[in-house]
Amino acid sequence: MIQMLQGNQVTVRYGSHAVVDGLSFHLKEGQWLMLVGPNGAGKTTLIETIAQGTSYSGRILWKGRDIRTLKSSELAQKIGVLSQRNNVGYAYTVEEVVGLGRYAYQSGLFSAKDDDGKAQIEKALEMTGLGELRHASMLTLSGGEVQRAFLAQVFAQNPQVLILDEPANHLDLKYQQHIFSLIRQWLKEPGRAVLSVVHDLGLARRYGTHAILMDHGKSVLQGTVDEVMAPDILQQVYEMDVYEWMREMLAQWQ
Amino acid sequence: MQDSRQLKRERFSPVTYCLLGAALFLTMVLCICVGSVRITFSDTVTAVWNAVWGLPIPENIAKNIILNVRLPRVLCVALAGAALSICGAAMQGLLRNPLADGSTMGVSSGAALGAVIAMATGFTLPGTSYGGIMVTAMAFAFGSLVLILSLAYMLDRSLSTSSIILIGVIFTMFISSIISLVITFSSDHTRSLNFWTLGSFSGVNYSQVKLLGLALLVCGGVLYRFSPELNAFAIGEDNARHIGVNVKRVKLVILITVSVLIGVCVSISGTISFVGLVMPHIARMLVGPNHRRLLPASLFSGAIFLLLADLTARTILSPIELSIGVVTSIVGAVAFVVIFCKTRKAG
Repeated sequence: MIQMLQGNQVTVRYGSHAVVDGLSFHLKEGQWLMLVGPNGAGKTTLIETIAQGTSYSGRILWKGRDIRTLKSSELAQKIGVLSQRNNVGYAYTVEEVVGLGRYAYQSGLFSAKDDDGKAQIEKALEMTGLGELRHASMLTLSGGEVQRAFLAQVFAQNPQVLILDEPANHLDLKYQQHIFSLIRQWLKEPGRAVLSVVHDLGLARRYGTHAILMDHGKSVLQGTVDEVMAPDILQQVYEMDVYEWMREMLAQWQ
Repeated sequence: MQDSRQLKRERFSPVTYCLLGAALFLTMVLCICVGSVRITFSDTVTAVWNAVWGLPIPENIAKNIILNVRLPRVLCVALAGAALSICGAAMQGLLRNPLADGSTMGVSSGAALGAVIAMATGFTLPGTSYGGIMVTAMAFAFGSLVLILSLAYMLDRSLSTSSIILIGVIFTMFISSIISLVITFSSDHTRSLNFWTLGSFSGVNYSQVKLLGLALLVCGGVLYRFSPELNAFAIGEDNARHIGVNVKRVKLVILITVSVLIGVCVSISGTISFVGLVMPHIARMLVGPNHRRLLPASLFSGAIFLLLADLTARTILSPIELSIGVVTSIVGAVAFVVIFCKTRKAG
């Protein structure tokens, strides 16, 4: 399997405090890598770092090439990022926001013709169930609809790797299921991979193939979901009996 | 089934351009006609038409007033209004801040300080009468912008709407007193503090029209070229980076372009507040936030607004001429409050 993303000793410091501390990871084709861990473990920072949003030491490689040497538009054609906080200040329509996903294919002084663009936008709108809301103002959407609009933007970007920070945010159960199945479907095409932060450990187990358990900026354990998300390991990091808690929750229904 | 939230937003079509163009043309003619000496519509059109085509102008027409006093002024006002408005629209998009504008952020004051210092020290560029002042104004505009944004960033990493404006206001007050000091100690009193803080177009000529026109053409072209990037920034800087915008470079180019344009405007007409704040909002109501439509719409509406403001300043207390900033500030201050309340409500 092709190695898509790889991190070597990635460290991010705010002042003297290391938010991400010498973390190494790799993401291979076909994998859905889940970043799990308690609040403040550095998961979102790691994602922002891969998206070149913060300065860091260490190296992040795209198929063996240092990601810092890629142009912004090249990077956006390879990696699509859905961030956690997405609020829009002006009354852009859903279609305008989704359409910006094609930016990386249109930039340059003489805007290249983006023949594929319209079809990609249509597909993205349809996948996220936003076809009917395409002309609606972003300011009138619910939290879940906003989340879907930005997800549609990422799909329109047609990247090879999806990086998702809390994709289930604001989504009701129906759309959680819908979106997660959609991403799993998306992943079936060759040459693709997903890296995501998911707080809901149930979702992480259900959809992830691999996982990194993070705590205090460090990787505690990496491996397949079954290896990493074992009750005794989670208990140490989360400082509670995760498995027991999940069972209690489920017991409410019986 | 149509969702009730669908926006009925028509394309910004050639028809809209024609309508706005016609409105601008009529406003310009009106501004030439009205004044201490009244001139008829047909005289104005005849004089300008004949002058453009090099035809002789009939004796009975007040040729001098039309061609040498009012026309250059009207052109200057329209160009400055368009320039300030387009700068406001670009900054509001870039910083995702609906209250951003050359005057609210202190950029205009910075440019004015630059111009005043150049005049006081007699700094000129060889071969130009005006170049020194203009270049210093541009440099100071850019310097102020960088300073204000860095200060705001230090105070509040999210660069929130109110912290930028707060710093802009304090900066403006600070700079005004420095300008006043420089003028007091300078031997060159051709332009008063009043000119720099409230603006005026009296006595402008065609060389200034040409300068403004050139600056607007170049800088306006650059800003229009960056419409998609401005849209991305208006949605969010992180989002802009994620979709592949070279965030640092684009930001730098837009800030420089805006500084140049504001620098040219300020060195010609002083600081005119609020044009760049109010008009983009009105344009946004008409055509939506997409900069492909917003920038042209701001351009036209800014020109029309400033023409009417200048007309009011010239005529309302005739023969006394008010500073144009008096008019724009009265309108602008009210609009500022309305916009501020609206953004607060929207969270």
